[in-house]
Amino acid sequence: MPKVLMKGNEAIGEAAIRAGCLNYFAYPITPQSEVAEYLVRRMPEVGGVFLQGESEVAVGYMLFGAAGAGARVFTTSSSPGISLMSEAISYIAGAQCPAVFVNIVRGGPGLGGILPSQGDYFQATKGIGHGDCRMLVMAPASVQEAVEMVMKAFPLAEKYRNPVMVLGDGLIGQMMEPVEFPDHLKSEPTNKDAWSTNGMDHRNSKKRNIVKSLFLDPALLNDNNLQLKAKYDQMRSDEVMFEAYNTDSEYKGLVVSFGTMSRVCRTAIDLMKADGIEIAMIRPKTLFPFPEKAVADASKKPTCTHIISVEMNMGQMVEDVDLSVKGHLPVSWYGKCGGEIPTPEEIIDVVKSRIA
Amino acid sequence: MQSEVMFAGFGGQGILVMGKILAHAAMEEKYEVAWVPSYGPEMRGGTAYCTVVIADHPIGSPIIKNPKHLVAMNGPSLEKFAPTVKKGGVIFINRSLISFGANRDDVDELAVKIMEIAKDLGSVKAANIVALSAFVARSGIVSMEALKHCIKEEFSNKPKLIPLNMEAVVAGEKAGKK
Repeated sequence: MPKVLMKGNEAIGEAAIRAGCLNYFAYPITPQSEVAEYLVRRMPEVGGVFLQGESEVAVGYMLFGAAGAGARVFTTSSSPGISLMSEAISYIAGAQCPAVFVNIVRGGPGLGGILPSQGDYFQATKGIGHGDCRMLVMAPASVQEAVEMVMKAFPLAEKYRNPVMVLGDGLIGQMMEPVEFPDHLKSEPTNKDAWSTNGMDHRNSKKRNIVKSLFLDPALLNDNNLQLKAKYDQMRSDEVMFEAYNTDSEYKGLVVSFGTMSRVCRTAIDLMKADGIEIAMIRPKTLFPFPEKAVADASKKPTCTHIISVEMNMGQMVEDVDLSVKGHLPVSWYGKCGGEIPTPEEIIDVVKSRIA
Repeated sequence: MQSEVMFAGFGGQGILVMGKILAHAAMEEKYEVAWVPSYGPEMRGGTAYCTVVIADHPIGSPIIKNPKHLVAMNGPSLEKFAPTVKKGGVIFINRSLISFGANRDDVDELAVKIMEIAKDLGSVKAANIVALSAFVARSGIVSMEALKHCIKEEFSNKPKLIPLNMEAVVAGEKAGKK
């Protein structure tokens, strides 16, 4: 298929359809309402469903219901909307059902603002819901990558029977870039007999499925949490994705940055290279699981003296960077929030002052 | 190679679509492109601007502080952004609404009465296409052929408007050439 010029939000909607997801429930919120605007037209064309919930709380449980019935389902929202869905996300994780969430992050806390931010890093990677639940989180740095990650999110959600999130920011949603769509995926989850409550006539299994997250017997609840933990451990060993940039050089400093911010850092690194200063970058593509080993390995370069986590927030991923580096080199943070995006020139000044 | 074009003016002047058509034309010419709108809490009739980044390599930062070129469709935009344009760039000025200049001697200034030209062609609504065509003719950032192709695509669901806009391209090109 030839390249087409598309807004990130519209491309995300199209990607879900091409991933075989025909169920989209959502509630509008800036800066991602174009996903709904696109799908309200597009879903009927492919025999799919778009239903606007009365609130994000309702949308979260619509997803739970559809997932429990074995359907591929997703929603898109932005920060305050995701907070309202977090109860349902915990229930979905507890009941081991698959569902895909896209968060086009805006500035917070509270209603915050509508401009791009990465302020939901903690929420997405560590605090998406109550109890011992986690979510696989991917962070795209371009519209093309947003498409690929949305398409990848559905099979991953089904493989792990767990919520998966694509964490973009307002810029990924609003920007237009050329995109090329990969082939369609199969429309039905192949492993849905394992959990779906769609009637015994509809599946090749004699096992009775119950979709629930209530385990009053402490031993059973402990067992369920051990199952969840095993899945999260498997994600840590099997699903880590990252990009290493300029790590072959004799770099003096290492930048860790994701999403839109990493693109600005890449420009800064290119400009510094032209100036004779080598800086490398690890760009996590999965935020959970975090590429701990990649960051640790990159920090061991003998020429490297300092590690900077550059984020569009007040310092969140820097804690994971710190945990990965385990104290053998200084780790610091630089960032802005509320829609302010650090420029390449600012990053160059910060990097130069800290590696010196 | 990388160049950036900022389009700025009032909401309703067709600012975002000018950028979109240019981005599309550059994509057709096999460049990497990014179209970045301003989407802040703007009022109807307030300011509208977008930046188009065109490069022969993957685009890093899509946030541009100093664009190579500027297309200013109203006075406040010219005042605000003219000082940010890189040396040697083109500053296009909508002479129908802006009576002053960019006040720079290190850029290529081009001022065109786009609204009068568009009115003569039949509709003032084509003023943005006159401006875009004049800018493309002067900067050479994409070919006129690619531009025409993408304008036709943009109006493919309103084919009645294509002849008017093709005339706007010709008039804009004429006004933009040195």
